[in-house]
Amino acid sequence: MTSATSRPTPAAGNPGAAPARPKPAPPAGAPIRVTGAQSLVRSLEAVGVEVVFGIPGGTILPAYDPLLDSTKVRHVLVRHEQGAGHAATGYAQATGQVGVCMATSGPGATNLVTPLADANMDSVPVVAITGQQTRALIGTDAFQEADICGITLPVTKHNFLVTDPAEIPRTIAEAFHLAKTGRPGPVLVDIPKDVLQEMTSFSWPPELRLPGYRPTTRPHGKQVREAARLINAARRPVLYVGGGVIKAQASAELLELAELTGIPVVTTLMARGAFPDSHAQHLGMPGMHGTVPAVGALQRADLLVALGARFDDRVTGKLDTFAPDAAVVHADIDPAEISKNRRADVPIVGDCKEILVELIAAVRAERAQSPAADLAPWWQTLDTWREKFPLGYEWPADGTLSPQYVIERIGAIAGPDAIYTAGVGQHQMWAAQFIKYEKPATWLNSGGLGTMGYAVPAAMGAKFGRPDKVVWAIDGDGCFQMTNQELATCAIEGAPIKVAVINNGNLGMVRQWQNLFYAERYSQTDLGTHKHRIPDFTLLAEALGCAGLRCETREDVDTVIQRAMEINDRPVVIDFVVGKDAQVWPMVAAGTGNNEIMAARGIRPLFDED
Amino acid sequence: MSTHTLSVLVENKPGVLARVAGLFSRRGFNIDSLAVGPTEHPEVSRMTIVVAVEELPLEQVTKQLNKLVNVIKIVELEPAAAVQRELLLVKVRADATVRSQVLETVQLFRAKVVDVSPEALTVEATGTADKLEALLRMLEPYGVREMVQSGMVAIGRGPRSITATAVR
Repeated sequence: MTSATSRPTPAAGNPGAAPARPKPAPPAGAPIRVTGAQSLVRSLEAVGVEVVFGIPGGTILPAYDPLLDSTKVRHVLVRHEQGAGHAATGYAQATGQVGVCMATSGPGATNLVTPLADANMDSVPVVAITGQQTRALIGTDAFQEADICGITLPVTKHNFLVTDPAEIPRTIAEAFHLAKTGRPGPVLVDIPKDVLQEMTSFSWPPELRLPGYRPTTRPHGKQVREAARLINAARRPVLYVGGGVIKAQASAELLELAELTGIPVVTTLMARGAFPDSHAQHLGMPGMHGTVPAVGALQRADLLVALGARFDDRVTGKLDTFAPDAAVVHADIDPAEISKNRRADVPIVGDCKEILVELIAAVRAERAQSPAADLAPWWQTLDTWREKFPLGYEWPADGTLSPQYVIERIGAIAGPDAIYTAGVGQHQMWAAQFIKYEKPATWLNSGGLGTMGYAVPAAMGAKFGRPDKVVWAIDGDGCFQMTNQELATCAIEGAPIKVAVINNGNLGMVRQWQNLFYAERYSQTDLGTHKHRIPDFTLLAEALGCAGLRCETREDVDTVIQRAMEINDRPVVIDFVVGKDAQVWPMVAAGTGNNEIMAARGIRPLFDED
Repeated sequence: MSTHTLSVLVENKPGVLARVAGLFSRRGFNIDSLAVGPTEHPEVSRMTIVVAVEELPLEQVTKQLNKLVNVIKIVELEPAAAVQRELLLVKVRADATVRSQVLETVQLFRAKVVDVSPEALTVEATGTADKLEALLRMLEPYGVREMVQSGMVAIGRGPRSITATAVR
């Protein structure tokens, strides 16, 4: 068996063992003479990079030479740069550390644009290093030249074009600092080939020069006290928890605040796992496909305490009918998020963990002075919704396999310690709904950008970051066909991930919308993976060096999942052939308000109640 | 909508203008005028940006600008507490029959003639947008052959400096 951290030598490693994370000691001391490329690799070693996902090419070639000698940085040769980018994202989301990808200039760099935009929308710390044409050729439309700094300007937190090899250590240090501090995000470093080739001096640590970058992490005491006052007095409060809580590693503090106050909690798509699903105060996910209790709680609340969330349109629905009676406490590390979509009554800028710590103390102090409002009537309303509108699904009338059942069983069998990734679409929503998350950083998905094809490469990245964990990619047949080539990487480099292809033969979410809003006119959504069985996913899996399994009946589901769990010497792909007519419910149709949430087709709990 | 003048201190690095301009277009904010130039600190440039937005979007503009890593400081300059100037160069048709009248107008506005030819004068004027507009209105009847105008630059009144605390 091979484990993901081992070098790709045969028969090494133990997947059950704790991940070895040697922290390289930064090489300090007098400057030494090196090439720009050596300076780059030494800088990556010095900032603690363990894995780089990438593909070499013309202009980045000089960097790959010293990379061959590095004992600290492992390079994983991917099959497509998009895979490198999503792998870096998956690695970062699973470990909380900066993910790194590398590509050559031109098409190599432009193939990174989608994952960078993805990481930007979901605030994931990623550093991309790209080769660039030599300085003299920049701007001449030279071979494989692309203005990648210009192209990625709107989809990165920041980017750099390095024009002096002496600047490499500082630039790398700044890139990592920017990526992981404040609101995390992707940073691209573009380095011309001749800058990599030129002789320069290397010394570490360099001095950061970022005069315009000063993220606020300590919250304002007065705002925290005001928030505590509102929390204590609110009769229908909700903790609206976003991905920022996971980024800030503040789950323990969130649990403490929730239990101290007894306030109900909703976790957004990016925050699944930030608060245990098994907890009695958890109402589930809000938003377009959220639970009725979660959506209803936000709508009827008199106070929203938004923690690391950004009032995304997929959560708020039509903004002017969202949570009409609620005062808003909005805590976020990014001041630009506060009052961007919904005006905040109490803005708190800071790191979620620090905010929560201070908020807990402030709420305690507040309670010592005045009694907390009685939440019993609020909980009665919420419990009625929970009772009447639990998450659920019906088995397809045509006797086909239920996709929700498959996903639910994977969650039950693999358990809360596994890491789950998803593509984008119906399977993603079902994976968010029917897998029970108990721990942060166990649910990785493309929330903001909605990038189909995210699941497989992200799972690969997660497996390299957490080789001790079982990693499941819940994918759709549409998504899977966009990035499955990375399974070759997984097979060769030793990342035995498990892929569940929820194969309904269609672009399921698009088909659902066509069913609901386009008079059942199914334009260009049938992929033929059912009718023609093209591709045959089990054969495809075998061709890519994975085990290929298929499951078509309810009776087989558990057995096949168990078999997949037992295969650890190579990746596994299961082709779950499921019905094409299953739909994601509840649903708030795009452009409508959350009051019009439909628990199932034609059932509008909140609307009917009014 | 009201007009706001933002003084933005940025790092003097390549691409900063593109970052700022890109931000405005991407987020759907309109720039009325934009002027960039050096400051007393060689590593810092100063942009004067005039935007026409309501109060709330202005807050977003400022916050989004602040997120740009190369942006060091943003100050909104209130018209009453700042000196605001634009530069206008205008080529006016002015043959012998009307030249003296044109010159009189130029003097009234304390503008300068910077080039002269038998049939035209080139006039240089600085001032607020209002003043330059008034001058142009007066010159238009003679025939404006060509004109070019700078973006607005502005500086706060009084002894305080916005660069003093931002740049060390």
